[in-house]
Amino acid sequence: MTTTAPGTFTPQPGRAPLTRMITAQAAMELRITLRRGESVLLTLIIPVLMLFGLARVDVIDVPGSRIAFFTPGILALAIMSTAFTGQAIATGFERQYGVLKRLGASPLPRWGLLTAKTAAVVVLEIGQIAVLSVVALLLGWSPRGSFFTVVLLVLLGTTVFSALALLLAGTLRAEATLAAANLIWFVFLVSGGVLFPLSRFSPAVRDLLRWLPLPALADGMRAVLRDGALLPRHDVAVLVVWAAVLVTATASTFRWE
Amino acid sequence: MSSARTAEAAVEVVDLVKRYGPTVAVNGLTFHAARGAVTAVLGPNGAGKTTTIETCEGFRRPDSGTVRVLGRDPGSDGRELTARVGVMLQAGGIYPGARCAEMLRLMASLAANPLDPADLLDKLGLAPVATTTFRRLSGGQQQRLALAMAIVGRPELVFLDEPTAGLDPQARRATWDLIADLRRDGVTVVLTTHYMEEAERLADAVVIVDAGQVVASGSPYELTSGGAERQLRFRAPSGLDLDRLLSALPVGSIGKESPSGHYVLEGEISPAFLASVTAWCASHGVLADDLKVEQRTLEDVFLELTGRGLRT
Ligand SMILES: Nc1ncnc2c1ncn2[C@@H]1O[C@H](COP(=O)(O)OP(=O)(O)OP(=O)(O)O)[C@@H](O)[C@H]1O
Ligand SMILES: [Mg+2]
Repeated sequence: MTTTAPGTFTPQPGRAPLTRMITAQAAMELRITLRRGESVLLTLIIPVLMLFGLARVDVIDVPGSRIAFFTPGILALAIMSTAFTGQAIATGFERQYGVLKRLGASPLPRWGLLTAKTAAVVVLEIGQIAVLSVVALLLGWSPRGSFFTVVLLVLLGTTVFSALALLLAGTLRAEATLAAANLIWFVFLVSGGVLFPLSRFSPAVRDLLRWLPLPALADGMRAVLRDGALLPRHDVAVLVVWAAVLVTATASTFRWE
Repeated sequence: MSSARTAEAAVEVVDLVKRYGPTVAVNGLTFHAARGAVTAVLGPNGAGKTTTIETCEGFRRPDSGTVRVLGRDPGSDGRELTARVGVMLQAGGIYPGARCAEMLRLMASLAANPLDPADLLDKLGLAPVATTTFRRLSGGQQQRLALAMAIVGRPELVFLDEPTAGLDPQARRATWDLIADLRRDGVTVVLTTHYMEEAERLADAVVIVDAGQVVASGSPYELTSGGAERQLRFRAPSGLDLDRLLSALPVGSIGKESPSGHYVLEGEISPAFLASVTAWCASHGVLADDLKVEQRTLEDVFLELTGRGLRT
């Protein structure tokens, strides 16, 4: 316990430049995420193990090259894990612990907080995509297609899944968000065209699934990276519609407290 | 309400009403907090202190009445106020997985001219736990981190909701010193507390709140001297005949036994009064223990005004 010199606390209020605020907040989000073992497991270890297992072990029959089939789907799954599952759970607990409320009283504007969260998600995704791509390349993957179309799909997928994450986290209790986020992750893992092609389902189910976000993202990634499609119109359209619906719903329902 | 006063007040709450469903949490509450002063909002559990403070912080909207903070409406001008006002919530507000120093640095990096986070941690005795995550800090350490976060941005006004709840005596004193230093440097402080001693020591003005209303306000001196003579307290076997004792004392003296075996006498307490009491005890073979003459404390005022019943 020391005494302070007079004038130490003399008010000098003011907000930091926006870029400094957002960078600091994004760095915090990133460190907190990387510190949580379960989020590293979910976003990195599970996808890498899946890639190894599915490419090497012949349990699930797929048409053509195994690595060419599985890599795009697992990239899509990894994006969902980060943008949706991880973010929904983290934000749900931040709301429960009053972190969002407290930050609401700080000089960081709310849109700045959302920007920082998105920046942290994108940085994580870049890391995931890099690691998964290297592993896939080592396993003999030779991707095709346009880099820019992949970026477009990743950005659309990130928007859809982030909005869905915030929709759950901003309305449900943290425990309910946790349960729902894990359940949705699992349902999409099984039915999203990641583990096996949608052609395994009956035509009626398949037509339904094609309108959902993860199947669209996985299918779009596969169309580009495996088949060299220039623009998978159906998948992009599905993602755009979901993005519009979910961003609107989230913006009108999100509660910070 | 004079306009001069309006110009001086950092916080003005007028006829504030806030309901949660059927519960009326704040029921027509009015108070002012002067610039540069420490104002303590004192009240039992559930009195409406947090609700009032959080309305000033812009977290809750009044059902009726007005709230002005630094001349602004926290509901609509909240963005402007966030850089000028520091906030310590009653609970929560920190990532459980954030390290102590890391969290404070984050808050510092949101401000234009922050204090040095390391110095502040040192000042609050948190330097040894600087790299400990929030969830592993003790309750008192968590409180002190929340306090540090409120002031690191060099605000002109801080709202501290129970800044010393759960602190040990050393930490409480360190916090008191810090609040005194804030006041010395011209920061306006509005705090809530249950501790009369704290309000008495720290505050320039005390607002006593009960059931969502102000039941008394003024400086600690005004509140404790208002209408009050001194008191004489002592302990003795229970069941003394107080009426007989009072008949030996000047007219107008009053007394009571509460709790059993503890006696309080009030009146014009002079040396003669004291002598009469001890003489009466001697003649009745009573040994008065722990006998003392004291000023009414803020606690007495508080309990008088808010009753002794437990709050929900
Ligand atoms: N979000 C809420 N929803 C419903 N009721 C609430 C809410 N917040 C407070 N209340 C009720 O409003 C009343 C005032 O609560 P408040 O938290 O303002 O009291 P307080 O004076 O801060 O109490 P304490 O000293 O225990 O912190 C209480 O009866 C409480 O139950
Ligand atoms: Mg409270």
